[in-house]
Amino acid sequence: MSGARRNLVLGGALSALVVLAALVSFVWTPYDHTALDIPGKLQPPGPEHWLGTDHFGRDMLSMIMVGARTSIAVALVAVGIGITLGVPLGLAAAALKGSWLDEVIMRGNDLIFAFPSLVIAILITAVFGAGAVNAIIAIGIFNIPVFARITRGAALSLWQREFILAARVSGKSAARISAEHILPNVANLLIVQGTIQFSLGILAEAGLSYVGLGAQPPTPSWGRMLADAQTMVSIAPHLALVPGIAIVLTVLGLNLMGDGLRDWLDPRLRVART
Amino acid sequence: MLRYSLKRLLSLLVSLAVASLVIFFVVEVAPGDPASFMLGVNAQPDTLAALRAELGLDLPKWQRYLAWVGGMLTGDFGTSYTYRTPVAQMIADRLWVSLPLALYALTLSTLIAFPAGIYAAARRGKPGDMAVMGATQLGVALPNFWFAMMMVLVFAINLRWFSAGGFAGWQDGLLPGLKSLTLPAISLALPQAAILARVMRSALLDILGEDFMRTARAKGLTRRQALWRHGVRNALIPVLTIIGLQFSFLLAGAIIIEQVFYLPGLGRLVFRAISSRDLIVVESVVMLLVFAVIVVNFAVDLAYAAVDPRLRTRT
Repeated sequence: MSGARRNLVLGGALSALVVLAALVSFVWTPYDHTALDIPGKLQPPGPEHWLGTDHFGRDMLSMIMVGARTSIAVALVAVGIGITLGVPLGLAAAALKGSWLDEVIMRGNDLIFAFPSLVIAILITAVFGAGAVNAIIAIGIFNIPVFARITRGAALSLWQREFILAARVSGKSAARISAEHILPNVANLLIVQGTIQFSLGILAEAGLSYVGLGAQPPTPSWGRMLADAQTMVSIAPHLALVPGIAIVLTVLGLNLMGDGLRDWLDPRLRVART
Repeated sequence: MLRYSLKRLLSLLVSLAVASLVIFFVVEVAPGDPASFMLGVNAQPDTLAALRAELGLDLPKWQRYLAWVGGMLTGDFGTSYTYRTPVAQMIADRLWVSLPLALYALTLSTLIAFPAGIYAAARRGKPGDMAVMGATQLGVALPNFWFAMMMVLVFAINLRWFSAGGFAGWQDGLLPGLKSLTLPAISLALPQAAILARVMRSALLDILGEDFMRTARAKGLTRRQALWRHGVRNALIPVLTIIGLQFSFLLAGAIIIEQVFYLPGLGRLVFRAISSRDLIVVESVVMLLVFAVIVVNFAVDLAYAAVDPRLRTRT
């Protein structure tokens, strides 16, 4: 199997596993993830609790499964915000290259880049309070310039191509050309970038929840499980190991899938892989 | 070069102005009046009015904005609502932790990434390259705060080589301070080094295919000589951009890492300020971070333009 195929299969399998765990958690978890069992607290992984129990005796596997929902939901909506707002902006900037609108869009992009997502999150939290929705907004805002920039870059080179010229000669407006000819040709690029931003979103969500700016109790999240584990890491390392490994495997899976997709969708890149 | 620098400087100033407007007005929307938060629910209306006047909260928004920006330009960041100490002083004290931490991490990340990226590029497709690439793939997936917890578990709790948290301060000399920043700096640096190593490798691979590299070999340079004399120097341009961008992530990342290690840096300051509605501190810290990012990227742009005249004409 070639490297690209291997990445795609391995990454796809890991990502599918996480999504599956999140979906199954809606109908079934080994235990109720909120059920407390103080006498059975801090159990290491074993036959009864596969991934052990936390400091309240809650089943870690059940919490990880439900926590996957939070991670996926936050990252997915954040990518959605980036695509819905960023792609049209990028298409418009490319269609009106050199105009004041292009300039405003690109400068606006630079400005958002100057606020790392954590800083945006801090601002939003200071104003509206902590919570999953505000975490989504913070991560989503940062995705807008990413998609705008990548769309503009790819669209600019497409505008030079002959089939676009043909469309212009046939009298189509810039908006129609962007929607009918440019967008389908940048879709592959957007899918790959979407996968990467999705994995960055999972990491960002975990970081925000860890410092208390993300999903609030009782919504389980991997980042907050880690924050809870911090003071107990010396007596029960599995409390920190389990959510951490869940995050690493998810992000790794998405990144591998992104790499694999990129190579698969664009065979020219198979030679010059980075 | 001068025209280019002036043009970039102008856009730097515009960015800073817009950023300050955004930060000020976003924070000003915040529900909750700092004065009533400080005095509690049983405050008398006249006491409240007096405190609001003292803090300048009774002035119109645009006047407060101008006072805030004007103050920052002269190094006066205002007075913290809760601590009643100058914000500039509070930030300066914390910067002695956060800035060395970010620079320490940046140095480590560069020291790890350069050799790793060059090594992988020179052995493209061979087991050495694959091992480095596999390691970077893992490094990119690591949340730095979790990696930090694992480092504490191994090097502080089990091996007892470092303390699990806290900051020794600089008063006893450089070493104790650096030692307490070592685990935090490694935790920040490794995930960043993974990204940087990948960029270094791919930049070098692009260069290796260039005609001038073939010419260098044809002149009789060995592969290694050509790589070092012509390849690495040319690959530095994209790598520099990423280093510039990384600085902002390191400063922001330091905020989270400071929580893991209980370091008295900007991160702890800003979280405490959020919970006590000390808005002027939040505004100033965020503005400072954004200022640092904008200025660093400006410096990187100028550095490129100095190295590569072709970039001066690009917008």
